[in-house]
Amino acid sequence: MPNYILPDFEVERRDDRCIRCRVCERQCANEVHSYDEENDVMLADELKCVGCHRCVALCPTRALKIVKYSGTFRENANWSNQSILEIYKQAESGGVLLSSMGTPNPYPVYFDKILINASQVTNPSIDPLREPMETRVFLGKRPQNIERDETGKLNNNLPPQLELSVPIMFSAMSYGSISYNAHESLARAATELGIYYNTGEGGLHEDFYKYGPNTIVQVASGRFGVHKGYLDVAAAIEIKMGQGAKPGIGGHLPGEKITEDVSRARMIPVGTDAISPAPHHDIYSIEDLRQLVYSLKEATEYKKPVIVKVAAVHNIAAIASGIARSGADIIAIDGFRGGTGAAPTRIRDNVGIPIELALASVDKRLRDEGIRGNVSLVVAGSIRNSADVVKAIALGADACYIGTAALIALGCHLCRTCHLGKCNWGIATQRPDLVKRLNPEIGYKRLVNLVTAWQHEIKELLGGMGINSIEALRGNRLMLRGVGLNEKELEILGIKHAGE
Amino acid sequence: MKLVEGRVRIPSGCAISGIISRDRRKFTGERIVESMKVMRERSNGLGGGFAAYGIYPKYKDSYALHIFYNDSNAKRECEAFLNEHFEIDEASELPTRKIPEITDEPLIWRYFALPRPSRLAASQLDEREYTARCVFAINARIDGAYVFSSGKNMGVFKAVGYPEDVGRFYMLDEYEGYMFIGHGRYPTNTPGWWGGAHPFSLLDFAVVHNGEISSYDANRRFIEMFGYRCALMTDTEVITYILDYLIRHVGLTLEESASVIAAPFWSSIAKKPPEERERLTYLRTMFPSLLVTGPFSIIFCFEGGMMALNDRLKLRSMVTAEKGDMVYVASEECAIRAVEPDAENLRYPSGGEPVIVTLNGGKDNA
Repeated sequence: MPNYILPDFEVERRDDRCIRCRVCERQCANEVHSYDEENDVMLADELKCVGCHRCVALCPTRALKIVKYSGTFRENANWSNQSILEIYKQAESGGVLLSSMGTPNPYPVYFDKILINASQVTNPSIDPLREPMETRVFLGKRPQNIERDETGKLNNNLPPQLELSVPIMFSAMSYGSISYNAHESLARAATELGIYYNTGEGGLHEDFYKYGPNTIVQVASGRFGVHKGYLDVAAAIEIKMGQGAKPGIGGHLPGEKITEDVSRARMIPVGTDAISPAPHHDIYSIEDLRQLVYSLKEATEYKKPVIVKVAAVHNIAAIASGIARSGADIIAIDGFRGGTGAAPTRIRDNVGIPIELALASVDKRLRDEGIRGNVSLVVAGSIRNSADVVKAIALGADACYIGTAALIALGCHLCRTCHLGKCNWGIATQRPDLVKRLNPEIGYKRLVNLVTAWQHEIKELLGGMGINSIEALRGNRLMLRGVGLNEKELEILGIKHAGE
Repeated sequence: MKLVEGRVRIPSGCAISGIISRDRRKFTGERIVESMKVMRERSNGLGGGFAAYGIYPKYKDSYALHIFYNDSNAKRECEAFLNEHFEIDEASELPTRKIPEITDEPLIWRYFALPRPSRLAASQLDEREYTARCVFAINARIDGAYVFSSGKNMGVFKAVGYPEDVGRFYMLDEYEGYMFIGHGRYPTNTPGWWGGAHPFSLLDFAVVHNGEISSYDANRRFIEMFGYRCALMTDTEVITYILDYLIRHVGLTLEESASVIAAPFWSSIAKKPPEERERLTYLRTMFPSLLVTGPFSIIFCFEGGMMALNDRLKLRSMVTAEKGDMVYVASEECAIRAVEPDAENLRYPSGGEPVIVTLNGGKDNA
């Protein structure tokens, strides 16, 4: 069948700089670069280039540049190059288009249209270098009433809580979708930072049980890797009902990624596809969710908080309200810009709603119903920097999950081809020669640095607002103003426009 | 549009003062007015007020409702509501003295009332909760009517003006009580409404506050889950509701409530003995959204005493002193010296350290 595909990129190589060391050739798992010995020239097959920049970063003479392919079809405002190319691909393959990471489409990013307040004159800003500035939060359920013993002393009647030194956690990314070294980096960083990482639906490698106190284990529709020891070792259990990048559908880890180690962690045979069904087949309604929540609590003697993770969809406020009444301690909501190791392109780019709007309406609904205190809210789906964290918390979140940002800290260049399994940065791959490129010793330090840097910035922003504990920021929407948002958007976000 | 409380949020600086006789000896309101007078610099004439305890012995078992009316229509509508929900012993205009410094007064009425027994029984609420909900209903639903005082044997007196003028206007020198608090306001905006002056009060709780809290909206949105409506958008209002919630609904002690709203830093908690550490950790974990940040000094009064409290960093001044059975709290020492030159045990309480004064022979808590 004829192939009409255009390359996405062009490889520009400065011959005056190239020393024919062939690093690019050895580093590129996509086999873009090759050496023509006869003519002593480096060649490039641009169609294979995914724009991951591994060759650019490692070229010792900076001879390489990857640029956008400048060729184009006849200009058409309706039919973009992308639309045309996708049709060519589907006409050749007859298949569903696959993509990775969050949608690159230009949907509104509400975080970028929200501005943060600061103190002037009437109350003082606080200098975090001189005064204590608290970023510690606890996630979990709060009972309605206090209890006292016969002497009047307060009884600790709090259900299990997760204590976070800073309201940031690493999102669910399974061992299988990402590498052993990526997992080790996340686990060690979470432990050092006093936060949590999340196994995703991939089971837990036996080497990582020692990080259990900082591990959230996931129970998803495929139930891969779930057994008593897995639940017991964790700090919390997350039931994954949905994912922001692919609401309403399950997951598919292709057999080639099910290596010996992955197969053991997932408890499935080597080389078989790991298919997570779209729904949990024991949850067809809210009362079924309640049963799973309590089954997991029973199995772990009510010692661990249970998180229910859902994708941000149109009716999210009512869904979250239902979850809050189903025994969940924490609700995690994943916005539609959230990342994925592989998702059907059409789903990723067209299903779900932005996290900012979902968060605002869920927080409001839970308050209207008087049950916001019963659960903690964790939000995900493209938290890109510390300002996004601050805005999310002021809108009403207790904490944020970061996935893509964590991977970028590990070296991910957002080439969005995780589903191909040939990650040149050793992250989204199981190929041993690629995995070893990610040194967990360096990786975990980069993650610690990232979160520490964000923590510093959060403290500066808090101090500017005259707030010395992040608890006093939660739901504090007066600290936010919108710019360039319409009345309806402001109403949903529950914030005023700048100047008001 | 007039910029009034409830439509805009108006930050203020302020002066506060409080005087209590622990032996419940009565003295006139003149002293609190004198105390406030020397702090004139701390207000700007846009709000002053007082709360006085023990002033209505004749009606001590009835709720004394002080109400502002914009006009007679509001009064008519509100009185219909009151008659439906309460048995009213006495209704009269609140006595005032015409003085040139205080103008544009609304209609100011006082009712001594008790819940109608049949209504109260049908509501399945206790008497205080029933009364509180009626107060909320009037303030939220009846346009032009505002209940600014609703306790037993106590009353709030407030207006737009300097505190000493407000005291003269309400003839505070003619009231005798065992505890008074005063407030002078320095709003950074132009409120035109008397209801926005302080103290803020609910049932026998009254709060005067100096500061601008940065946690306002976090606190407001949390407390509104429990039926409170922060209609004025002022810090004092939300702090009053937080204390009412923690003390009356949750059942915390004053000291425990102070550990919630001006919680010690985690670093301080870590240095406490284990039992205290556990208690403070519990309170912070249980009520994180009621932590109040930003500068404040408050005096919180209830029938049985008062609590003075500073924010956790002590970003606002506050002094306490004693003389015999009398205890004084004020923004500045001069406000105490003005009424008790021989005051003893002068102290500057640390940030977050509650100073709790209860009546001798009374209960230890609100």
